[in-house]
Amino acid sequence: MSLNVEHVSTRTLPSEKPLRLLDNAGHAVTGAATGGFGLPDTETLLGLYRKMVVARRFDVQVTALTKQGRLATYPSAYGQEACEIGSVAALTAADWLFPTYRDTIALLTRGIEPADILQSFRGDWHNGYDQHAHRTAAQATPLATQALHAVGLSHAARLRRDPIVALTFLGDGATSEGDTHEAFNFAAVWQTPTVFVVQNNQFAISVPLERQTRAATLADKAVGYGMPGYHVDGNDIAAMYAVTRAAVDRAREGGGPTLIEGVTYRIEAHTNSDDPTRYRTARDVEHWKRRDPIERLEKYLVSEGALTEAMRTEIADAAEALAARTREVMTTEAELDPLELFDHVYGRERSALVEQRSALEAELAAGAFAGHQGAAR
Amino acid sequence: MTATVTSNAPAEASAPTQLTMAGALNAALRDAMAADDRVVVYGEDVGPLGGVFRVTEGLQAEFGDERIWDSPLAESGIVGTAVGMAMYGMRPVVEMQFDAFSYPAFEQMVSHVAKMRNRTKGRVTLPMVVRIPCAGAIGGVEHHSDSSESYWASTPGLTVVMPSNPADAYSMLREAIESDDPVVFMEPKSRYWSKAPLALPVTTAPMDRAEVVREGTDVTLIGYGPTVRTALEAADAAADEGLSIEVVDLRSLSPFDDATVGASVRKTSRAAVIHEAAQFGGYGAEVAARVTERNFHHLAAPVLRIAGFDIPFPSPKLEEYHLPTPDRVLAALDTWEWDA
Ligand SMILES: Cc1ncc(C[n+]2csc(CCOP(=O)(O)OP(=O)(O)O)c2C)c(N)n1
Repeated sequence: MSLNVEHVSTRTLPSEKPLRLLDNAGHAVTGAATGGFGLPDTETLLGLYRKMVVARRFDVQVTALTKQGRLATYPSAYGQEACEIGSVAALTAADWLFPTYRDTIALLTRGIEPADILQSFRGDWHNGYDQHAHRTAAQATPLATQALHAVGLSHAARLRRDPIVALTFLGDGATSEGDTHEAFNFAAVWQTPTVFVVQNNQFAISVPLERQTRAATLADKAVGYGMPGYHVDGNDIAAMYAVTRAAVDRAREGGGPTLIEGVTYRIEAHTNSDDPTRYRTARDVEHWKRRDPIERLEKYLVSEGALTEAMRTEIADAAEALAARTREVMTTEAELDPLELFDHVYGRERSALVEQRSALEAELAAGAFAGHQGAAR
Repeated sequence: MTATVTSNAPAEASAPTQLTMAGALNAALRDAMAADDRVVVYGEDVGPLGGVFRVTEGLQAEFGDERIWDSPLAESGIVGTAVGMAMYGMRPVVEMQFDAFSYPAFEQMVSHVAKMRNRTKGRVTLPMVVRIPCAGAIGGVEHHSDSSESYWASTPGLTVVMPSNPADAYSMLREAIESDDPVVFMEPKSRYWSKAPLALPVTTAPMDRAEVVREGTDVTLIGYGPTVRTALEAADAAADEGLSIEVVDLRSLSPFDDATVGASVRKTSRAAVIHEAAQFGGYGAEVAARVTERNFHHLAAPVLRIAGFDIPFPSPKLEEYHLPTPDRVLAALDTWEWDA
């Protein structure tokens, strides 16, 4: 390809200890552990704090609604707020996000309405938001497949000379899939403006990281593809934001893709149908709860005198308001039109679908499904 | 997004020249790329080499490597990145080098390419074409001769077409590239070198239409891609024995043109379908079932399938035993009770 860029040396292995800017006690880190990244300014950190608090409240609310049977399934991101929000906040509104099923709070951060986000999880339709309006692809369920879409889209943008970056999330388990390899390699060879954020939350359903890879860190994989890799404390939103921001800026300037591994932990079950006590200990969960990403930033902001009681109250109120709105939309039954099943399969009319639509219409007219609508839930 | 269409005007019609199907496909790609700068072409060896079947010959020299380029060797990657490119408003035309090497991309094809419009309620459409050289009779080694059409055809959301001659190859590829929905464009390898006099650009029937390529009154033979020739040869041989065979070239496997096929079958009252792929659960089963369901009372005999054996595609020296021949077609027709 003629869209060549200067070669970035990627021979250096990512740091063995995750890079961090704030330690668990909320103290600013200095020296080598920062990897040369600077702590974002207080206003940025306050914005990130607010987003995390609101997102967690949302996540807790949705989990509760799932227990009430309002959603068919919900993969919680409780504990992963720093990874999700720190990286997404580094994007501009024009950039694209390619999320997975886990990244619902990232969608919230993109400004998508709860009702639209949750349509798929409550089973109304596979995807409920306007992807182009929000520059956010539908959440991908088949693992790692969306990473290739991110590479393709960002490559297309680059061919068009549009300064747009695509960021995609992957889980630690997903890095074992073939599409992850293909996406890393295509991105590196084509030098696409793509940022891969691996949320290493330690488990792929029940399978721990050591059964997924023998690599010392998942960020190490970047070296083999010829792109920079960063091993980051995924519960430190300052670090996640700073590293992603640098990767996004470099991608936008033609510097190619970056792999970022955020080391974090999934506090909740894989989804509501999972039983995590079968594969991890309460002690382990407690250990990670004490490394909570929100508390860490809060300690820092309080010690800096940046987070006042008034602000806290205001943020808590905003979070409650969103939770209330979420409850409200989720307790209102959506009107579903079964005939719409046939409307979005092809752009052009197909006689077979026209016939099948008429057949269903006749059944409906005859009352075949009277009282059945939504009963599957 | 600043996609610009450089020209929609049809190219000047040229004087008829002998063109192979590969040449017609090459011309279709060239004309599509010239007409619309959103069209990009990539895959394995499609650049300087021009593709292993030379279908993309000369295109990189003409359009540059931002319009057509060699991708890394990875089929899921090729199809998956095309999804993203199409989301951004490009019209990627990607090549799977051989039929059986499209299988690594199966998940992208069925989970994303086929479903994107539906998942998103029509908000995201994928105007992309996946070209798949398919089928046997070229002496290919293992994995170079599969007929994978029924996998794609039974996937809702995909449009699956297969031309059998140079004129259709040109016209159908142009139409596939212009389609706002993804198209699996299957190219029967054994027909790549078949020739016809053509004045380009040529527009044949719409690609969702089947065509009666030979008129007859006694039997309808339904073929597609490589087996249209088989059907025509069988029809010629049968004519010597006084049997009048009509041949329908399906052209489109999904959607299926019930109207054209049905009209022919009601005229002849007997039908058989021919394909190279294995018979069991294959595309012919769908054809036989559809034809029977819709025309049972017009049929004088069961719909027959003349297909490859239910075996993995054989090695080159054995493939002739596997592929449906005109003789096998005629022998199959002999199993009907003709006096009944
Ligand atoms: C291709 C594919 N195989 C299997 C699954 C079933 N599955 C869903 S989530 C999951 C675990 C994924 O773990 P990871 O990538 O670490 O992401 P996490 O759920 O921890 O965020 C599996 C096996 C799937 N969705 N896609």
